[in-house]
Amino acid sequence: MRFGVVVFPGSNCDHDAWYAVSHNLGHQAEFVWHDSTSLGNADAVILPGGFSYGDYLRCGAIAKFSPVMAAVKKFAQEGGLVLGICNGFQILVESGLLPGALLRNRNLRFVCRPVTVRIETTNSPFTCAATKGQLMKVPVAHGEGCYFADQRTLDALEAEDRVVMRYIDNPNGSLRDIAGICSERRNVMGMMPHPERAADPLLGSTDGRIVLESMVRSMVSAHA
Amino acid sequence: MSDLAPSELEKVRKILGREPNQTETGIFTVMWSEHCSYKSSRLHLKKLPTRSDRVLVGPGENAGIIDIGQGYAIAFKIESHNHPSFIEPFQGAATGVGGILRDIFTMGARPIAVLDAIRFGPLDDPECGDRNRRILEGVVAGISHYGNCFGVPTVGGETAFERCYNGNPLVNVFALGVFRHDEIFFGRASGIGNPVIYVGAKTGRDGIHGASMASAEFTEESKQKRPNVQVGDPFMEKLLLEACIEAMHTGAVVGIQDMGAAGLTCSTCEMGSRAETGVEIDLARVPQRESGMTPYEIMLSESQERMLLVAEKGREEEVFAVFRKWGLDAVTIGEVTGDGKLRVKDHGVVVAEIPNRELADEAPLYERPHSVAPYRPAPMEAPDIPRSRDLNADLLELLASGDLCSKRWIWQQYDTSVRTNTLQGPGGDAAIVRIKETGTSVAMSVDGNGRYCALSPREGARLLVAECCRNLSAVGATPVAATNNLNFGNPERPEIMAQLVDAIEGISEACKHFETPITGGNVSLYNETLGEAIWPTPVMGIVGLMKTAPPVTISFKEEGRTVMLLGGLGTVDPTRFGGTQYAKVVLNKMWGLPPALDMDYEKRVHSAIREAIALGLAESSHDVGDGGLAVALAESCAEGIGASLSLDSALRPEFALFHEGPSRILVSTSAPEAIEKIARENNVECLRLGVTMKERLQIGNGSATHETWIDCRVDRLREVWENALENLLSPIPVG
Repeated sequence: MRFGVVVFPGSNCDHDAWYAVSHNLGHQAEFVWHDSTSLGNADAVILPGGFSYGDYLRCGAIAKFSPVMAAVKKFAQEGGLVLGICNGFQILVESGLLPGALLRNRNLRFVCRPVTVRIETTNSPFTCAATKGQLMKVPVAHGEGCYFADQRTLDALEAEDRVVMRYIDNPNGSLRDIAGICSERRNVMGMMPHPERAADPLLGSTDGRIVLESMVRSMVSAHA
Repeated sequence: MSDLAPSELEKVRKILGREPNQTETGIFTVMWSEHCSYKSSRLHLKKLPTRSDRVLVGPGENAGIIDIGQGYAIAFKIESHNHPSFIEPFQGAATGVGGILRDIFTMGARPIAVLDAIRFGPLDDPECGDRNRRILEGVVAGISHYGNCFGVPTVGGETAFERCYNGNPLVNVFALGVFRHDEIFFGRASGIGNPVIYVGAKTGRDGIHGASMASAEFTEESKQKRPNVQVGDPFMEKLLLEACIEAMHTGAVVGIQDMGAAGLTCSTCEMGSRAETGVEIDLARVPQRESGMTPYEIMLSESQERMLLVAEKGREEEVFAVFRKWGLDAVTIGEVTGDGKLRVKDHGVVVAEIPNRELADEAPLYERPHSVAPYRPAPMEAPDIPRSRDLNADLLELLASGDLCSKRWIWQQYDTSVRTNTLQGPGGDAAIVRIKETGTSVAMSVDGNGRYCALSPREGARLLVAECCRNLSAVGATPVAATNNLNFGNPERPEIMAQLVDAIEGISEACKHFETPITGGNVSLYNETLGEAIWPTPVMGIVGLMKTAPPVTISFKEEGRTVMLLGGLGTVDPTRFGGTQYAKVVLNKMWGLPPALDMDYEKRVHSAIREAIALGLAESSHDVGDGGLAVALAESCAEGIGASLSLDSALRPEFALFHEGPSRILVSTSAPEAIEKIARENNVECLRLGVTMKERLQIGNGSATHETWIDCRVDRLREVWENALENLLSPIPVG
């Protein structure tokens, strides 16, 4: 499987995502530069963490205007798998590919620590290899990860089984402990925790691999 | 502003053969400032060891470089940003991080780790507590802002509190990068006729005279110097990093240097001086953020995120293309000449012309008087030390104190795991990052102790080096090289200069002994406010190497394991107890001398623990440091496993539990005999203290009396230790 890892100016987890896919999972990964209008022949796309364009405005607010995001939108409309991690999640909500917003952490401070999240649904290409209720220990590292949406949106997300993962120990004040959600068609997911930082046995946890492995599995079955 | 001394002005006249103009005077003033020229310390810095088989580049470049094998190398250095962090904590600390990161990547290395040694006045100081809390919060937010956005993990450091830092906080930042031997670049303007190219942020009026500000004492007027503090843009720095490394890979870059202290002035004359060439630039071509800047302002600006590079003539376009891709300014502002002079023009008119070598390397050197005893803030004689009424309460008080409590509140604001190399982040004895390409890992420890050094700068400095090397050994790494940050008061006072000289000699002795040459560093003098100097505070950053493997951490892992003390219980007399945390926190006193150190014995303990770890015998390993054995034991219980121990010691309980004698490492193991064998072979003591168990930490006296000294639930210890800093930062308002 070929993963495209988008590089915005200011992305800083691009290399980590590339390494997790190529070295920890043994699949192909290629970088896609932000002013590219095509995703090449990628089977799936990762929007990595970082501070795209510095994020001096709202996180992701500039990135949504970059040429590559037009290609990402088109890719998503055609059913392609798009995973947004951290800043990638922020960009997905700013782009309207996912509902809601990511506000400053409740305590107004950046937080980096391992958190435990629970997989709430396996009905997604990002969790199909997991079991429902499975716990993952993965790090978060963000200043603006407090998931917010109005009540109707939150109810709809729950009713449509689109809350993919929830924090057990909410680090940022996210409403209803939401750590990750997917799109209506379920092919776009945003999550604040970093699965690519929990993909190597040396780093203390390999729980994050399940997200990437699920993507591979669902692509394989789609190709079959 | 500190100006040129009359004798210095005379030297300038001699070099130029005429009166300097205003721009030239400004250029000499910053280049010959203490900060840039090390004029008070340089004679003594020569005493430091700087060579070993691994040292590829020693002091004098932007960072030292060490060979780590398989064609790879690491570049690292520590630098201070003390003065700016007092005036404007957030930007002062942020630009401190930015500055040291540029020092690393200007050599061609990609930064992979940052550690910070930060010191403040006490958070509960009756007069300055409010301000100290605000400074700490600002400094931490600044480090977090810059490092997190840039994308380098902040993996460790230390935080300490003393009243002497009330008016003079210390912010020392260590950074380390990795690259291949064939990717090393130098700040040299080689090749006559080659273009000199300015890249990165535009030049503004910020930071003018920052270097001279950092070379003067604080007075009431210092607060008005806020405009002298630069503003950092970590996003710009990230782009600069990627663009510089990409430009270096084109092969068209001849030399490169960042514009740090003294900005364009320092980078031009140093690059010319190192290559023994001249550099001619025209300021009209320098990208400027503000209009109407004078040559003086442009040359002295310390605007951040700028680099100067020299490219091969005819290949400029390759360099420009890279910077265009990253959206950065890159402009040819001049060329390398053969006359050895820094020639600055403004729209073609010469506004300064100074020989590079004399400017960069011929700053006056001062042999400042130091033939008096170093200043000591405390008596030598021990007071009557009262018998403790409650050793449990003493331990809890220590665990809740600023110096010893968990610094989690601080380091959770730092991205510690970006780049997926962090095997051990903050909270361990040493930080460990792996090098993905080589199968080796780099361990790092930064350490200072103003209290020890105030009692004896020489002994204190030796203890620091020993402590850093012990921290590295406690995670299984072999120490290989060091950098130091010398934070002192006004060197024009002989009793302060004597502290500096003694500390440098102490570092030198210890670094020779532990085979950790100094490859670079920083000297920060004039750390005084309203005539009150900080305690002598050298900070060491030492780097070790090890095979990549899951880290051995400090926490006890399983019940029923044997707890051992490698190195033995150590000993202490009342004089040597006066610099301990117990004396500070519980007795509220300070006296005597720091703990005694036997460097030969210390080194043998290091070998023993490294051997035990390499053989997989240690389930946990923790250096006994500040706070002594009881504090180290309490920290080892932080993940919920306690221990039942007895100390067979003739010392009174306060000494046995809390003395800070060096050369000791706590180990838990299921193979005590094997560790005892290693200890015997290394000719060091090794005691079995007891066994690990659920829920409680119990420490008793193993001799005839069988008293219980400590008995406490481990979750209580942990709660006190982990929440103390947050409590200190948000005190309950009185009334």
